[in-house]
Amino acid sequence: MRPSAVRLLNILVPIKRTIDYAVKIRVNPNQTGVDTNVKHSMNPFDEIAVEEAIRLREKLKDEIKSIKVVTIGPPKAADTLRTALAMGADSGIHIEVPESAPAPEPLGVAKALKAIIEREEEKGGVDLVIMGKQAIDDDAGQTGQMLAGVMGWAQATFASKLVVDTGKKEASVTREIDGGLEEVRCKLPVVVTTDLRLNEPRYASLPNIMKAKKKPIEKISASDLGIDLTPIFETIQVTEPPKRTGGQKVGSVDELVAKLKEAGITAVKS
Amino acid sequence: MFASRHFARRLATRSRRWASTHASTPALNQVTEEDLAHFAKILSPQFILSTLGSSSVASSELQPFNSDWMGKYHGNSTTVLRPRTTKEVSEIVKYCNERRIGIVPQGGNTGLVGGSVPTGRGEIIVSLGNMNKVRHFDAVSGTLVADAGCVLQSLTDYLAPHNHIMPVEFGAKGSCMIGGNCSTNAGGVRLLRYGSLHGTVLGLEVVLPDGTILDQLSTLRKDNTGYDLKQLFIGAEGTLGIITGVSILTPPSPQASSNAILALPSFDSLLPLFQTAKRELSEILSAFEYIDRGAYDLSVRHGQGRGLSPEEVEGAECFVLIETSGGRREHDEEKLNDFLEHLLGEEKPLINTGVLSQDATQFASIWGLREGITEAVSKEGKAYKYDISIPLSAFKQVVDATREQLREKGLLGPHAVKEVVGYGHIGDGNLHLNVVAAQYTPEIEAALEPFVYELVGKYKGSISAEHGLGVMKAHALHYSKNEVSIEWMRKIKNLFDPNGIMNPGKVLPPPEHQPLLANTGSATTA
Repeated sequence: MRPSAVRLLNILVPIKRTIDYAVKIRVNPNQTGVDTNVKHSMNPFDEIAVEEAIRLREKLKDEIKSIKVVTIGPPKAADTLRTALAMGADSGIHIEVPESAPAPEPLGVAKALKAIIEREEEKGGVDLVIMGKQAIDDDAGQTGQMLAGVMGWAQATFASKLVVDTGKKEASVTREIDGGLEEVRCKLPVVVTTDLRLNEPRYASLPNIMKAKKKPIEKISASDLGIDLTPIFETIQVTEPPKRTGGQKVGSVDELVAKLKEAGITAVKS
Repeated sequence: MFASRHFARRLATRSRRWASTHASTPALNQVTEEDLAHFAKILSPQFILSTLGSSSVASSELQPFNSDWMGKYHGNSTTVLRPRTTKEVSEIVKYCNERRIGIVPQGGNTGLVGGSVPTGRGEIIVSLGNMNKVRHFDAVSGTLVADAGCVLQSLTDYLAPHNHIMPVEFGAKGSCMIGGNCSTNAGGVRLLRYGSLHGTVLGLEVVLPDGTILDQLSTLRKDNTGYDLKQLFIGAEGTLGIITGVSILTPPSPQASSNAILALPSFDSLLPLFQTAKRELSEILSAFEYIDRGAYDLSVRHGQGRGLSPEEVEGAECFVLIETSGGRREHDEEKLNDFLEHLLGEEKPLINTGVLSQDATQFASIWGLREGITEAVSKEGKAYKYDISIPLSAFKQVVDATREQLREKGLLGPHAVKEVVGYGHIGDGNLHLNVVAAQYTPEIEAALEPFVYELVGKYKGSISAEHGLGVMKAHALHYSKNEVSIEWMRKIKNLFDPNGIMNPGKVLPPPEHQPLLANTGSATTA
């Protein structure tokens, strides 16, 4: 049998710097957004994506040629790239936006990622994009799908298991759906978005954190890519959910009915 | 089951022996239905739990009050009172003093030396849990005045929006109460940074053994007017009165915290590492915790937190958890990073490897490893806990010597002692020596006591760095305090509590003290 040529894979993992998952969110006094002067870290779903890329390399060894992480964000987003590099990614791309710039929207991000992927063509292209299914700050959950759309690629969303066959250039992805598990198989290149149960991300060890400091991060701007990240939506107001009011104990059914009436709840008219 | 019952019986024997040899202490009376009727005049019925009288409850309902959380100490109190105000506490104590009924004040009952559990002298339990209001907080000075029954975590939550934190922190923060914290002078992981409660407590409100309310709820930081009485109650473990209110100085919350867990190739690296950390991290170093390999493995095995990967753990003799907290994230992170880089870059590194938390979840998980040891130990088996102050250099020797002692006695193995582990606060010279056994048995206790106390005495250490004496170590006080000190402690006790009703049998040894181990020794031969 003729041996099939080994196809080396390039993986791109887009990541986002978000307010830390454990921070209690407070709305700012102007109600234009939330207080961002708090601890930030990598979006947890993106951490899972980085971990999955590293695990693929651990499994497929040299068949994974490169793991690149990319982020769009203010100067501090470079820290998030360093974390991903410390976990095991090879290099980073930082599309830097000013600290004061509004957060880019999914479509803008998808277009920026498309531009990055096209730039990578000459360096061997991108075969697999692994990214979080959503970011925990805006909860949009759209970027992966939009990226697959603008690229004209296959997409496998909400992955709880990912198996890549480099020989066949195929990925099979298990997705958790309401009725159980669904397995889809798609041709590379593909966009995979990660669900919580895909893996448990590792900690960055100290030696790897030190090594990560020497890994390359390329810094570019949106205009370098010919991309406009200006939001097309306007945020009108951000408010906190209503405070929960305490419960009350009632002594009898009559009292309960009286209280319900007081609260403006009436029986359904037959 | 058998062992615990045996233990309880042995405790009862002890107290009988005390009662007979202890002529100077007046005998205490049991609670009667008449007494209950009087308590009913002070408290609403739902705040009285008793196995006596018309509205009696099953003794199982008193179980949580009658035994400690480790299941090591068991009392047989018939009555639990749960007052809501200082005045109610005062009336209860006044009555008990007149009637010579013993009182065990109880907070979260999370103590480790049996200080909050009755000893079989017919004491009532006064549980402070219903006194749980914050009375006052001043965001400028950071002074917090709260009822004694406020759970530590709830105070932390209360302070969070005001950007302040409690100066103390323990693994038991979800159950322990501030009154009990003060009463036992609990230490914990923040002591390195914020000092002991003797410094942070500004004032106390105490119900004295005759029912008088001593109101010293000052919020002044400086007050040099006469004897500082409140200090007597901090660490008195409820033997001089019941703390009902606490005024405490709370520090502003650090704007940024980081932590890292480091794997050390050998114990010999520990002290140089501590020196380097103090020098390079200086004011942002807020915790430096030692965890030996056994304690680390135990914590990981019982799922208390996530640590290093198995390959990173390999070859590590012990671990250190470092926490930094400060006012500016970039500054602190740079400092910590430089420190760690320096450590790894050395020709002969003091550490093998480590993990630096990258987000708040990892931060909590790394702390979980350290704070979860207590819980992991109790999941593994029955624990003999020794909380000792010794020179830092002796941490490992003491653990090894204890293990060797148990091996010599043939007590090391799955049938008796499963693990001997050490962990603790390097910053404070405080080692937690835990002996995890399948069951509490007289043989193990005889092998450990007075062995451990003598060992500590040899190093001129303290037999109780932060847990207190309670019932467990009262008899061993003389290993850490000389005759004159003990005599004056006794005089103070008699001055405040001439009838001996407050938490009897705790802290002070019975007067003509014989080490109680003679007793255990005879049990061994049985």
